[in-house]
Amino acid sequence: MPHVLEVEHLAKRYRNFTAVEDVSFSVEEGEIFGILGPNGAGKTTTVECLQGLRQADGGQARVLGLDPWREQDKLRRQIGSQLQESALPDRLKVWEALSFFASVRAEGVDWHTVMEDWGLTEKRNASFGSLSGGQQQRLFIALAVLNAPRLVFLDEMTTGLDPMARRVVWDLVRKLRDGGTTVVLVTHFMDEAETLCDRLAVIADKRVVDIGTPSELIDRYSDGVEVTFTLAEETAPDLAFLDSVPGTAQATRTGPRITVTGEGPLLAHVGAALVAHGHAPTDLQVRRASLEDVFLQITGGRA
Amino acid sequence: MRSLLRLSWVEIKLFVRDPMTALFSLALPVIILLVLGGVFGNEPSSAEDGMLVYAGVGPMTYYVPAYVALVVLSVSLISIPVHIAGNRERGVLKRYHASGVSVWTVAGAQVVVSFVLSTISSVLLLVAAELVYDFSWPDSVPGALGAFVVIALGFAAFGIFLGSVSPTARSAQAVGLLAWFIMMMLGGAGPPREVLTSEMQAMSDFTPLWHAVRIMHQPWLGLDPGNAWWIFGGIALVSVVLAWRFFRWE
Repeated sequence: MPHVLEVEHLAKRYRNFTAVEDVSFSVEEGEIFGILGPNGAGKTTTVECLQGLRQADGGQARVLGLDPWREQDKLRRQIGSQLQESALPDRLKVWEALSFFASVRAEGVDWHTVMEDWGLTEKRNASFGSLSGGQQQRLFIALAVLNAPRLVFLDEMTTGLDPMARRVVWDLVRKLRDGGTTVVLVTHFMDEAETLCDRLAVIADKRVVDIGTPSELIDRYSDGVEVTFTLAEETAPDLAFLDSVPGTAQATRTGPRITVTGEGPLLAHVGAALVAHGHAPTDLQVRRASLEDVFLQITGGRA
Repeated sequence: MRSLLRLSWVEIKLFVRDPMTALFSLALPVIILLVLGGVFGNEPSSAEDGMLVYAGVGPMTYYVPAYVALVVLSVSLISIPVHIAGNRERGVLKRYHASGVSVWTVAGAQVVVSFVLSTISSVLLLVAAELVYDFSWPDSVPGALGAFVVIALGFAAFGIFLGSVSPTARSAQAVGLLAWFIMMMLGGAGPPREVLTSEMQAMSDFTPLWHAVRIMHQPWLGLDPGNAWWIFGGIALVSVVLAWRFFRWE
C-alpha cells in the first residue's frame, strides 16, 4: 500500500532565516503520526508546507498522491486541518461555523451528524468566544472532519489547556483514528506524543533526527533501567552479591539508598537476589527512561 | 456561490451582534445630516449673497446625494478594512484558507455586506431628510440607483484594498478614519467646494469621494459630472488589482 504521505528532504528558507533544513518521513494509513520537537524546530512550517499553505524551496512531498503546493485546491478538499494560532470570530455561533464550513466543502455534507458525533449539540447556539479551550478544540476537530477526510493535520491542539481538557482532547484524537482517519499530530509535549502516537519523528534544529515508535525510541536511546530501594547499612552491610545479579552494571549506595543500574529484566533479578539474601525492602522500584529522557538526549544541546 | 451567500449572511449577523459598530455606521450619517441641516437649512444661495455656493441649489438638496456617497464611504472605509485586517490578525483568514474558502468568497462577502449596510443606511438618511427637510428627490430615480450601485461596488473594492494592505485591525482603523475625515472635509460632503482654496480644490480632485459625489449629483440634480465616471472607475479598477496583488491570508 502506498504511503498516505511521503516527504523527502523538505526545506523552507526565508530571506535570512531557515525554517526547515532537511525533513523526511512517511505516514502510513490509519496511524497517528507525531511530529515532536521543541518550539522553533520547524514543525509548524513542515506541516503547513504539507497542506499547501506554504511553498517549500527544496525536497519532494506527496500527500494523498498529490503535490501539496501545485495541487493545493484539490488537496484541501481531501484533508482536514487544525492550525496553530487560528481562531473564529468571537460572536460566531457553533452551528453557524459548522454550517458555513460545510458549505465550503463538497455538496451534501451533513454537519448535523458531525455536530452530534463530536458532542457539540448542546453547545450549538453558544458563541465561539464563550467556549472553553477544550470546547474550542472540539469544534475545530469537528470542522476538520466535515468532509470525512482520510488525513487530518492537528497542530498543537493542547497548548494552553488544563490537564482535564488535554485528556478529553486526547480521547477525541483517538476517536478520530479509531474511525479510520490518519492523523498527523504536531506537539511539543512528550507525554502527549508518548500516549497518543503510533510512530513519531523527532525534529530538532530544523531536521528530523530520528523516527520510530515511542518504545523503539526509548529502547534505542535509554541507558537501560534503574532499580532503587532503601536498606539500612546495619541490616545489610555487604551488598557485593548484587554485582553478580544478571544484567547489573553497577550498584551504588548513598546512605540507606541503593541504586542498581543495568539492563534487561533487572527488577525481577534484583528482587529475587534480595529475597534470597533475606531482604525485602518495601520501596523496591524500577525506573525506565521516558520519552522525555530520550528527547532530551536526542536534542541535547541543539534544542 | 453557496458558501458566498452563507458567509455573507454570517457576516451580516456578526455585524448586528456588534451593536456599537452597527450604531456608529448607521447613525452617524443621519446625525451629520440633522446637525448640518440645522445649521445651513435649505435656502438656495444667490449671487446677491456674495458667492454662489452649492451650485445654486439648497444646501440640503445639495448635501443629501453627497451624504449618500458619504454613507457608502463610511461603511467601506471604516468597517471593511478593520474587519479584514482583524480576521487576518486573529487567524480567521488562515483557517478559511486551510479549509478551501476562496479569496473571492472572502472578498465577495464583504461586497455583499457593505452593499446591504450602505442600502439600509442610505434609506435611513433619506427618511430623515424627507421628514425634516424639504429636499428634492432625484431627477432620475433609475439613474440615481445606478450611480449608487457603482459607488457601492467601487468603494467596497477600495475598502478591500485597504484591508488587504493593513497589517493590523488598529492600523486599518487609523488609516480608514483618517482617510474618511479628509475625504469628508475636502470631497464635497463638508464645506461647499466653492469656498475651498484653490490648493484644497486641487487636493479635492484626488479624493475618490469627490468623484463619487459628482456621480451622484448627475442623476439627482442634473449637474455635469465631467470626467468623474472615468476617474472613479479607474480608482475602483486599480483597487481591485492592488487588492488581488497584496491580499494575504496571514
